[in-house]
This record gives sequence, C-alpha cells and structure tokens, in this order.
Amino acid sequence: MSISEILGSCPVPLSRYERITLGHGSGGQLMADLIHKLFVPAFENETLAALEDQATLDFGGNGERLAFTTDSYVVKPLFFPGGDIGSLAVHGTVNDLAVGGATPLALSAGFILEEGLEVEVLTRIVKSMAEACSLAGVRLVTGDTKVVERGKADGVFVNTSGVGSVPAGLRLSISSARPGDRIVLSGTIGDHGVAILSVREGLAFETAIESDSAPLHELTRLMLEACPSIRCMRDLTRGGLSSAVHELALASGVGVRLDERAIPMKPQVRAACEILGLDSVYVANEGKLMAVVPAPDAEALVEAMRRHPLGRDAAVVGEIVEAHPRYVVMLSSVGGERVVTRISGEQLPRIC
Amino acid sequence: MCLGIPGMVVDTFEEHGILMGKVSFDGVVKKICLDHVRDARSGDYVLVHVGFALSKIDEAEAKETFDLLEKMGGLEEIREPKT
Amino acid sequence: MKYLDEYRDPRAAQKLVAEIERIQTRPWTLMEICGGQTHTIVKFGIDRLLPEAVALVHGPGCPVCVTPLEMIDRAHAIAVRPEVTFASFGDMLRVPGTRSDLLALKAHGADVRVVYSPLDAVELAAAHPEREVVFFAIGFETTSPANAMAVKQAARRGLSNFSVLVSHVLVPPALRAILESPDNRVQGFLGPGHVCTVVGTEEYEPIAERYRVPIEVTGFEPVDMLEGILACVEQLEAGRAEVRTPYRRVVRREGNQAAKALVGEVFEVCDRKWRGIGTIPASGYRLREEYSFFDAERRFDVAAIEARESSVCISGEILRGVKKPVDCPAFGEACTPENPLGATMVSAEGACAAYYAYGRHLAGVGG
Repeated sequence: MSISEILGSCPVPLSRYERITLGHGSGGQLMADLIHKLFVPAFENETLAALEDQATLDFGGNGERLAFTTDSYVVKPLFFPGGDIGSLAVHGTVNDLAVGGATPLALSAGFILEEGLEVEVLTRIVKSMAEACSLAGVRLVTGDTKVVERGKADGVFVNTSGVGSVPAGLRLSISSARPGDRIVLSGTIGDHGVAILSVREGLAFETAIESDSAPLHELTRLMLEACPSIRCMRDLTRGGLSSAVHELALASGVGVRLDERAIPMKPQVRAACEILGLDSVYVANEGKLMAVVPAPDAEALVEAMRRHPLGRDAAVVGEIVEAHPRYVVMLSSVGGERVVTRISGEQLPRIC
Repeated sequence: MCLGIPGMVVDTFEEHGILMGKVSFDGVVKKICLDHVRDARSGDYVLVHVGFALSKIDEAEAKETFDLLEKMGGLEEIREPKT
Repeated sequence: MKYLDEYRDPRAAQKLVAEIERIQTRPWTLMEICGGQTHTIVKFGIDRLLPEAVALVHGPGCPVCVTPLEMIDRAHAIAVRPEVTFASFGDMLRVPGTRSDLLALKAHGADVRVVYSPLDAVELAAAHPEREVVFFAIGFETTSPANAMAVKQAARRGLSNFSVLVSHVLVPPALRAILESPDNRVQGFLGPGHVCTVVGTEEYEPIAERYRVPIEVTGFEPVDMLEGILACVEQLEAGRAEVRTPYRRVVRREGNQAAKALVGEVFEVCDRKWRGIGTIPASGYRLREEYSFFDAERRFDVAAIEARESSVCISGEILRGVKKPVDCPAFGEACTPENPLGATMVSAEGACAAYYAYGRHLAGVGG
C-alpha cells in the first residue's frame, strides 16, 4: 500500500498538525498516533505490531532467538550531568535488549554530524560510547557517518541498533500482564528528564541533578534468575512512567492502579518538578525499568533487585486490575483518586 | 493560578541593583529575586513564584493550622478514606 | 519539602473532610478562583473526597484561559518575525490562536523560548543584543511584580532590544462580573491565595459585604483547600459573609507593599477584554506612558489585530462558573488536549484540561 492509500483509507485524521512538532517525539499521544496510524500499517507485520521494546526473531534451530532493536538519540544539550548523547545511545539500546531478556551482543552506530561540529566534541562523545560499551559488555561492530549542512542537526544525532540473544523458552511480553500482578519499579523516577532541563536555557538550577542513564543488563539477568515468573519488563524513557504503564494497559487489555506514595523519587527531583509545575509521572527516565510479576513473587523480586546498585530503590508501585481496562488510576497521597491520562505532547513547565 | 513553592534562603547578594538570593528547595538551589522581601535572611523560608520571593513564610501561622487540626479530634475518630 | 509535605498529609485531609461532613446541613456551591487550585482539586481527587452536597465550581483564575484571542494572535504575529526571540511561560505555548499556536510556529522556524522567570527573558536580551527579545507578560496580580521588575531592569540596564506584550488581568472585577450575572449560583469563594500574597485582602471586603458572600483566602495544597472549604461552609451554615484568611502563613491583609509599589510604578489600571467574558472595565494592567518604549504592541504595531471566537467552545460559561466541562458536548470528543477548541482545554490548569488530565470524561473510572 502506498502512504496515500493508507492515509486515504483511514477516516480519523492523523493529527491536526500538518507538520511534525516536538510533541510528536515526546512519547505521548501524538507519537502513539504516528506509530499506530502511519508506521505500523505501512510496514504490516506482527512483530512490529506487537510494539515491544525489541523485536525477537526466530533464528537458527535450537530455540534461541535473536533480539533486535534500534533507537535514535537527539538529546540537547549533548553533555549533561550524569552522561552525554554517546553514553545514552549505548545504554538505551542495551536496555531495550535487556528488558526483553536478551544478552546484548553487539551494536551498530550511525552518526549524523552537523557541519561545524568540533572534532574535540565528537571525540569526547565517542570515548564515552566506548566506555559505555565496555561497561555493558557489548562490541560496537559496525557503523556509518554522514555530515549535513550547518543548522540541519543539533551538533550530533546518533542512531544505535543492537542485537542480543534470548534464551530458548523465554517469552516476555507486555501483552501478558494479568489482574493481580504487581508492578515493580527499579528505582527513582524523573532523574533524567530533570537533569536535562536543569542545563537547558532558561530553566537552570544550580544543583547537579544527574541523569540516571545506565546499562541494566546485569540487573535484568539477576531479576530473571531470581524470578522466572516475570511477565515482562519495560525500560522507562520518554513519556515517563505514564507511557510505560499505558502501553502495558493497552497491550494486555487490563487496568492499572498506581499508589503515588509508593513511587520512589529523589527529593531534589521532586522539588524541581514542584518548582516547574511538572507532573513527575510524565518526566523522562533512562536507567530505570518497570517489571510486571505475579503477586506472590513480588516481594522476593524487589529484595533481589535491591541487592544490585541499580536496583537499590526498587519498590512495588502498583498492580494490574480487572477494572477499568486500558486506563490507569492513581491513588493520590491524600487518599483521593485520579485517572492518569496519556500526555498529549511535550510536558511544559507552567506558572499557574 | 500562581504556582508558588516554599524554599529556604541560603544566600543573599546584590546584582544589577536589586537584591537577589540563592534559595534551596529541598536541596535544589535556584537564583531568586528577593527584592520584594528585603528583610529575608539565610535560614528564612520564602514563597517563590516565577523566580520571585513574594512573602516570608510565617512559622507560627503555619503551626496554627495543625494545632487546630489536633483539636478537631483524636486519630481514633478518623474514618476510612473514600475510594 | 518543608511547608509543602505537611499540607499533603492524608490524615489531616481526612480530619478536615470528616469535619465538613459533620457541620454541613444543606447543599452549598463554592467557587475556587485560581486555576492552580482547580489543578490541586482534580489532581488529588479532592472533590471525590467531599460530600456530594458541597459542589465546587471552577472560576476564571486562569490567565492563560482568559487571555483574549486577539492577544494570542498578536503574540503570534510578533513571534514569526525573523528578528524576534519570543520568550514565554510554558503555559502559553499550546494556546490556540485563530490560525496556529506558538509550538507549531516554533516547528515552522520561529524562535520561541520557554522561560521560568521574566528575568530570564531580560538576560536573553542582554546576552543577544542583535535580537529583539519579546516577553509575553501574562498573569493575574501575582505575576505583576515580576513582570514589572523585568521592565524596570531592562530600563535600568539600557536593554533597548527588550519589550513586553502585556496581558495582565485583575481578580476583583472578574468576581464582581460573576456575582452580577443573573445565572450565578456561587454562594461562597475560595479566594486566590497568591494574588492576595501580593495585593492583600482589603479589596475583597467590599465584595463580601455588597454581595453577601463569604471569601476564604485559601492556599494551594490539599490541606489548604480543605481548610478553606471547611471555613467557607462554616460561614455559610452560620449565615456569615466575611473575608477570612486561612492561608495566613504567607498572606497579610496589607499584602506585599514593596511589590505593590513597583507594580504601581510600571503599570496602570485599564479596561481589559476577557476571553469568553468580554470587556470588563478597569480589569487589567497596561504599561504606564513612561515605560511605553517597552510595549511590544506599539513597537511591533500589532494593536490593530482583531479576532473572532469559535462558536462551539463554551469556555466563557465555564470561566464564569456557569457550566462545568462535562456540560459541554464537545468535551472529550471534538475537544481534547490534542485538538483544543478553546483555551480552557489547552492550558494545563484550565478547567477543561484539568478535568481531562484527571480523566473526568471517562465516566465512572476512578470511582
């Protein structure tokens, strides 16, 4: 089908916007519209339509499967407390593999460089990527470089794709959550988003809130060993905790209940969200994941996670329910309830 | 309207002819204009809106709310929250 | 966080709710004036905790919602100019004008920046003398000292490339307009805690007396709101109509004198058009003649831009508290945050957006 045929056959307008806006990249409703109404129908296959963090493909004959994922990194500024676009690009793709239960094997990197970028800046980024690869136990085995004219890229854009191996018999999926299951977070939310905002012009804080970008492959391996009954894992990125639980609720056709008081947050991250009027459930994360696990195994899983440095603040933050399928409800800290809706675009600071 | 957040003054200084300060919000420090609360000193809490302190927070008045709540009845009278 | 967490204590909230239930004997309709207060009510599910007989109606205290359409269009006309760096609070970026919004204009190449404070815009002007930096100075009285300071600092520092597009509005005239309206059903008010931090509470006394309505000047955290609601219900049950201030930890009767003096130096009262309500005399601020050099409307010659409202949107009735978002047939259907028909849906604390964000259109979900 041609694009015009696809769009022509869909009675619901893709968006009221004729042009892509920043909101389309924020992990919220606009982006979901783009994925569901343009990309998925265009490429028409079950693996893509499942929209997991990684695609697992049958490969060879022994039951082991290949996990394959890709991600592009356009973060601005290029360097921020706790990381840079390079380390982010490695950790992010490693994590997309890890949450599928894959052992990361190798990455590729495609660079789009802006004319005028200082070589020294690129060198720092590349060194950071090399360190991150070493930390994650992956090799960067192939790549590509393009240069575009001044003004056509923010210094550097990076795409990393990754492959990993999923053991035979392991089938994690976000469509497998069942009422009664518990939702576990590996740690505090909002760190990355606030760290980025803290160095962005006009919204500066003087306090170093650091991005939590980190490779989660060791933590996920530990989690799967301690708790083979895990249904699925998802790394939290753009759109925050909200996007992750919404994707889960939609894919599994279940309701989600979160307990605001149980959600871990660093005091400074919380304070920064209060100052800017940001709702922390929508703020971006990096080195954090969410896991869904049957209720009887939740406590043991959290204990196991807390033994790893990247899981020391792990907590049960909610549960899967039969009620209100596909919707997410949160119990507020004063005991009232609210429905968490999917954010429509980029969350902006407010004065009111 | 009017998002206003309480923070603690940790430093004061003059800049471009007005009184500015560093205010800490649970460890997050931001440069804030203190020119409308010129008697604010390090250790004082102020209410901050769009980078401006609008008022010092009166500790005694704040305490009064909770004293009144105490008088309203003991914990044993609290009902289950409505869900 | 000190002076924040205590006001989110669930046990304190429960006590206040229990007390409201204990003393209330008749149905009462209250209005919380500020958008930030609406936000708290919906985010923490406070209206679900209250007895059904205490109804909350959302007021016009959303400067983003009441900014007239032509002012939005003027902002857009300025923002698209190639020499302009247009700085604004985040709230304004998605408010639809006649043709577009600032975020879409940014996608088309306009230099639009979000700032936290008006002084950040002043710094932009200082750092970029080659650019015309325009700051969208919206707000109620609360934000007026900050906006006034920005203009004064630009003058002091000789930043001729700085200007402000002013759309300030005042609460008391809006309150009077609501109370004068024949279909008004509001019996008591939760007053604007941060507006009063700046201006004080004196000007509310004649309103309480003239219209026989209690006004409890209330803060923004859940315990503050419940305290204000309880006090308002107490007054109504006793037949009283006074101005009181539960939010005493920051609000004084005389307000902040230094801030008021600065505002008086830079701004003067003028008639202002309110989106959805119409022109209310003496209900806004404009720059005084001495500061007119910094008036972006004059500098960029956009004052002549006029605009027409959408016929479907009932923002006006929602702002006046006559209708609730759920009363609008377009709410959650044709009108959503992705496709807002009017400002009360676009502004994060506009009544419609606040209700949508916390899911009221999903009838029955969340109990």
